[in-house]
Amino acid sequence: MPDVILKAENVYKRYGKLEVLKGISFQVNRGDTTVIIGPSGTGKSTLLTCINQLTPPDKGRIWLEDTEITNPKTDINLIRSSIGMVFQHFNLFTHLTVLDNVRIGLSVVKKIPKNEATEISMEKLNEVGLADKVSSYPAELSGGQQQRVSIARALAMNPKLILFDEPTSALDPELIGEVLNVMTKLAEMGMTMVVVSHEMGFARAVANDIIFMENGFIVEEGKPDKMFNDSENPRTREFLHKITELYGGKEK
Amino acid sequence: MSFISLAWDILPKLMEGTAVTIQLTVISIIIGILLGIPVAMGRVYGNKLFYAICTFFVEIIRGTPLLTQLFILYFGLPSVGVMLSPFIAAIIGMGLNSAAYQAEYFRGAIQSVKKEQLTAAYSIGMSQFQTIRHIVLPQMFRLVIPSWSNELIYLLKYSSMAYMIQAPEIMSQGRLIASRNFRTFEVFIIVALIYLVLVSILSKFLDVIERKFRIPGL
Amino acid sequence: MEQLNLIWQGLPSLLSGTVTTVILTLYFLSLGFVLGIILALGRVYGSRIINILLIQPFERFFRAVPALVLLFLFYFGSSFFNINMSPFVAAILAMGLRSAAYQSQIFRGAIQSIGEGQMKAARSLGMNTLQSIRHVILPQALRLSIPPWANEYAVVLKDSSLAYAVGVTELLRQGRYIVARTFGNALLIYTFCALIYFVLVFVGNQCLKLLEEKYRIPGYEIKTTKHQSVLERI
Repeated sequence: MPDVILKAENVYKRYGKLEVLKGISFQVNRGDTTVIIGPSGTGKSTLLTCINQLTPPDKGRIWLEDTEITNPKTDINLIRSSIGMVFQHFNLFTHLTVLDNVRIGLSVVKKIPKNEATEISMEKLNEVGLADKVSSYPAELSGGQQQRVSIARALAMNPKLILFDEPTSALDPELIGEVLNVMTKLAEMGMTMVVVSHEMGFARAVANDIIFMENGFIVEEGKPDKMFNDSENPRTREFLHKITELYGGKEK
Repeated sequence: MSFISLAWDILPKLMEGTAVTIQLTVISIIIGILLGIPVAMGRVYGNKLFYAICTFFVEIIRGTPLLTQLFILYFGLPSVGVMLSPFIAAIIGMGLNSAAYQAEYFRGAIQSVKKEQLTAAYSIGMSQFQTIRHIVLPQMFRLVIPSWSNELIYLLKYSSMAYMIQAPEIMSQGRLIASRNFRTFEVFIIVALIYLVLVSILSKFLDVIERKFRIPGL
Repeated sequence: MEQLNLIWQGLPSLLSGTVTTVILTLYFLSLGFVLGIILALGRVYGSRIINILLIQPFERFFRAVPALVLLFLFYFGSSFFNINMSPFVAAILAMGLRSAAYQSQIFRGAIQSIGEGQMKAARSLGMNTLQSIRHVILPQALRLSIPPWANEYAVVLKDSSLAYAVGVTELLRQGRYIVARTFGNALLIYTFCALIYFVLVFVGNQCLKLLEEKYRIPGYEIKTTKHQSVLERI
């Protein structure tokens, strides 16, 4: 019996005149990795920010386990502390060291005492392979390192799922690997992940479910095998063909 | 009488003061340009001595209050036998003060003309003088407009200090009027409003100039 | 020589005047700092109504009207409204509020040059607006503000001499008293006062430079701001 951890129902979002999400519905099971693909500007990132209400949807409902996120009575800060987010441009707090970046959510939001918070942070930094950079500042690190720190920051909060918004799009090619490796490891450890990405190799190898979005609609959804080899929709096939040409989609 | 009728009543006399305020501002900014550009050039292109003198000038003026400078000119110089009228002392003080600040704005503008352009100029055979004249200065004048606009407005506001050395500008007029009708607060509300209007009009005008002369894309 | 002796004898009064000047400056800057941050946060995160009705008119007024006029307004205004206010307090209110209008500009610029990604990241961890501002935005904004703030410090210190006009016995007025009392060489005495101001400005700037070094964020570069209208900048 699949354990649904995230459910979105009929989500609509518009910016001014432009309707970016036109009735999106989908579900994510616990422990699954869902990868959302599609042309730029089709609302993929917006969908993610609707989930943690950074951009509240205009219409539609979203549930995290049993709690309806979109209900105005819900404590949104509580929800956000259970949903991790990793941004395209990392968004690490520039004035804080790596350790403080990972720790700050624990102290300020979860009010965990400093010792415990430090322990948890060190553990997560170890997991992403950056325990030796604890006293460095973000601007002193490479893009790949910064992104791994931001994953550690999200992990430290012990989230129920993590949203990844094009986590490797802003990275130099040789740095993409280190981040994808961490993400693969997380998936193998059973973390629920919703990833917006162009990295087809990752999608083919790691995703349990792939959603193809275009023009604010979900065009097709399915397991990687089906989507890549046996897709029902010509638009899906067209997009995948274009993208595997560009990004070299053979898996590792 | 009511506030409105008071305003109406004293406006003509305040306008005389305003005229002096504007004169002070305009003359001072001109002195500032005429002196500021050479000082800026001295700091960028000058030899060690010239650089030292210009830097000394700029640092001293910018490091001391305008009011003190005015006092030195108006109350201090008589000690060595130089008597200046309030108006002259004011324009010399404000002019020198503005020159020091403008020198820094011009220097910043000169230095923000990219080195690659100078290299290009030399590589087609221009001398340093020609380069300065044809490449640096034209850009400097356009780059400096925002800072210069700020300076003009500052001068307009700080001309009020000339009151302290008895120049017949708007503050003095206000004080004079107030000493007769004892409605000091209300008189200076009107003075404040006049400054507000002057500054707003000047700002809008300078905005238009800035937009017109801005180097596109910079 | 006799003139130098005059300065030597006048030193205690000049010193007392200097102390007053420094105290005034500290009061102006502090009032300006506290109110300035509030105004800046209001302009960036506050509602449009508060901005248009309250904050913007306040800033426009206190930046367009000369400091001397503001001093007079507060000094004479207090008696107009039958409030008992010493010249010292009137000066602090006038110049403090004025500094707030300028400091608000500085902080607002700093806050806006911090990318909005920082706020997003803070919110995504579950921080509310207050926590985000306190732990993420302000620490960075304050660091970025130090260079322009050093400029404000110099301006406020120099403008403190205007308190002379409403009777506060700061450095310049002390100088005046010495000249009047002793028929001394006005040029020398006022030049000496100017020198004291210069030292105060210089020392203050050096301290702020040290502060900037101490809190510098390693490796971090600031982006430039875009074009503003004249009225926004004065």
